[in-house]
Amino acid sequence: MKAKHQRLVLVVIALLAIVGAGLLAAWSLRNQANYFYLPEQMAATPPDIGQAVRLGGMVQPGSIRTEADGVTVNFMVTGNTADAIPVRYSGILPDLFVEGSGVVAEGSLGPDGVFLATNLLAKHDENYVPKELEGMGTQQAAKVAAETTVGLVQ
Amino acid sequence: MIAEIGLAALWLAAALAVLQMVSGAAALRAGEGAVDPLAIYARPAAIVQAVLAVLAFLMLLWAFAITDLSIKLVATNSHSMKPLIYKLTGTWGNHEGSMLLWVGVLALSGGLLAAFEKRLPQNTMGATLAVQGFVALGFYAFLLLSSNPFERLPVPAVEGTGLNPLLQDIGLAIHPPTLYAGYVGLSVAFSLAMGALLTREVNPNFARVMRPWVLGAWVLLTLGITAGSYWAYYELGWGGWWFWDPVENASFMPWLAATALMHSVSVLAARDALRTWTIMLGVLAFSMSMLGTFLVRSGVLTSVHAFAVDPERGSFILALLGLYIGGAFTIFALRAGAVAEGKRFAAVSREGALVFNNVMLSAILAIVLLGTLYPLLTEAFNVRVSVGPPYFNPASAIFAVPMFLVMAVGPILRWKDDKPARIQFEVMLVAALLIGVIAAVSFFGSFPFLPLLGLGLAAALAVAAILPLRGRKLTRVPVATWGMVIAHFGVAVSLFGMACEGAFTEERLAAVAPGGTEQVGDFSVTLESVTPVAGPNWTALEARLAVSQNGGAPVILAPQARNFWSPPQATSESALLTRWDGQLYAVIGNQAEDGRWQIRVWWKPFVTFIWYGGLLIALGGVLAIAGRVRVDVKRRSAVAKADARRADLEALEAQPAE
Repeated sequence: MKAKHQRLVLVVIALLAIVGAGLLAAWSLRNQANYFYLPEQMAATPPDIGQAVRLGGMVQPGSIRTEADGVTVNFMVTGNTADAIPVRYSGILPDLFVEGSGVVAEGSLGPDGVFLATNLLAKHDENYVPKELEGMGTQQAAKVAAETTVGLVQ
Repeated sequence: MIAEIGLAALWLAAALAVLQMVSGAAALRAGEGAVDPLAIYARPAAIVQAVLAVLAFLMLLWAFAITDLSIKLVATNSHSMKPLIYKLTGTWGNHEGSMLLWVGVLALSGGLLAAFEKRLPQNTMGATLAVQGFVALGFYAFLLLSSNPFERLPVPAVEGTGLNPLLQDIGLAIHPPTLYAGYVGLSVAFSLAMGALLTREVNPNFARVMRPWVLGAWVLLTLGITAGSYWAYYELGWGGWWFWDPVENASFMPWLAATALMHSVSVLAARDALRTWTIMLGVLAFSMSMLGTFLVRSGVLTSVHAFAVDPERGSFILALLGLYIGGAFTIFALRAGAVAEGKRFAAVSREGALVFNNVMLSAILAIVLLGTLYPLLTEAFNVRVSVGPPYFNPASAIFAVPMFLVMAVGPILRWKDDKPARIQFEVMLVAALLIGVIAAVSFFGSFPFLPLLGLGLAAALAVAAILPLRGRKLTRVPVATWGMVIAHFGVAVSLFGMACEGAFTEERLAAVAPGGTEQVGDFSVTLESVTPVAGPNWTALEARLAVSQNGGAPVILAPQARNFWSPPQATSESALLTRWDGQLYAVIGNQAEDGRWQIRVWWKPFVTFIWYGGLLIALGGVLAIAGRVRVDVKRRSAVAKADARRADLEALEAQPAE
């Protein structure tokens, strides 16, 4: 290597690495980002089975059912249409998780059409709300989310 | 009165920042040797400004200590019934207070620089202080114009609203101030880089001035991130130690840049190479600090950290960010060509390895930055996404793994030029350890790929870290070298903890009736009882869990589900049982209709090593500072002696000069 061009070579290597990182990030973000679904969107165009997504809506009143093991909970999440997605979650429920409250479930759709949640986000307190449910009352949650969530990139 | 003194101090400090800026600029324009009458004010202005900004912060601290409910900030964030320690830490548990802390540390570090740094040429120092004053001025304006911490209420409140219970923890006493001091310490590196660039003084002498600031900021960032990680681990009750939460990323990105900068500034100091690269990293590191502040403080993100959801403040910080980062990179682009090229080196050399790792660190930084900003970007197009571990873990590992491999052999390479054949043995040893450990572990079971790779790398790095000591007399190894060895060993320790947590964690989730027993790992956990308890500002349900290891004597763990009443909020307090080889982590959930309680217990082998590693890394940094400062002091006194002797000789030979 001509010593004269060392600085140039260094700059080129650094640029290549950064651009490589950028391309890698862009590519894997398309594949790995968690898209947000409303119940009606999930009913109409379900994500691939096993793909990590987020489902947000309202816990349907009267739908919470705890299984015999005492830790697995089944409930329905509804939006502003009649569509309801069954959700199953094993774990400790967030403190403000009640019927009729807004919820965001992280997880993936199972082969039987049940959404398997690995994590539930509910309204913690006035200052900390899941981004998707920010500023919404229980009934409005799905409605407002629908207005701001236009489409899904697939 | 207190609030008015604080506010007046802030305004005065802002005025002094203007003076510092003008006076520093005058020193820069005057050039070396010439004395501008204005130039003498820069240093005193920086020092007095530091005193005033710290005074303003102390005033706010005092207002919180006595719960002065006529101040809006106190009324909305404190409560007279809160324990004193949380009253004090609550000072920076809110937007305005934390920004005042930020500005206070900024002014303090500027003042320290002005008071103690005498090595730089006068015009470089002037330019540096001018830049520091300019940065400080922007943040004073932000505080005074859009988030005044001393605002009074027209009618004093009867009682305060209280502090978010998640923040009522000793973690809050340590984590933000450390992190802020680290963030803002990088502002000095930034100002020095700009000063050196403006006066074309990018040389080893400048690097030696910059190094302790970079090291110091880096140590504080390391400690802040370590403390924050442990805090999130035990306070959130989710059992995780790193969530790739945007706010965590906001502190991780300056750390990555500072790590690269610290290594590159060492090359500049030792070898006079990587001049422009060091300057660029100096700009980048503080840009990341400011970006972090913007992300956390603007309210574009929602998390426990985002206190302000106020578009005006967000745009204000964004404007400051654009001004400083844009301005700095413009000056960099205009001036970088004028910086003479430094010394050259071969691809296989210690410089070469450091450059490689610098580039890898920057690539990881790019990965984290894009992942953090991506949700904000898509939101502009009305698509809501979140980005989590499935993206961050593999994408950053692609660059982290080659970096760790080069880190293993880099310190044993020679400066300037080396032959790969010379370190054949070391390379084989590291490779054998890596492959051997991975093979041995996968023989005993199937584990996820990344933790497995982490285990192999940890073993290889732990041995590689101490290789630079081979064949040296331990008592004669410089302190700074010990610092490097310990910090690199700390990386291995931390990696080991992360890999073990990822590969071997066992979890048990069950509904248990009082008296029932569950098994997790070697531990049997018996729920003895669940009783209500009360604290100063909360009530809780406390479970008594009798935990015994392999049938040994039981230890009682008491996880709680707490309910705070001001502000009303429920939190889960985990209970931890620490053993040398791991931690048992227990949380209590709801009660089922049949009277059983939900219990979640994890056994996390060697999880504590993650934070021990972080502490070791920070200790390494402290030793490096100590070693460098000692050498610098020695060198300076030697130079002073030599100068004195030369002056004496010249005086003696003055008459018969040639």
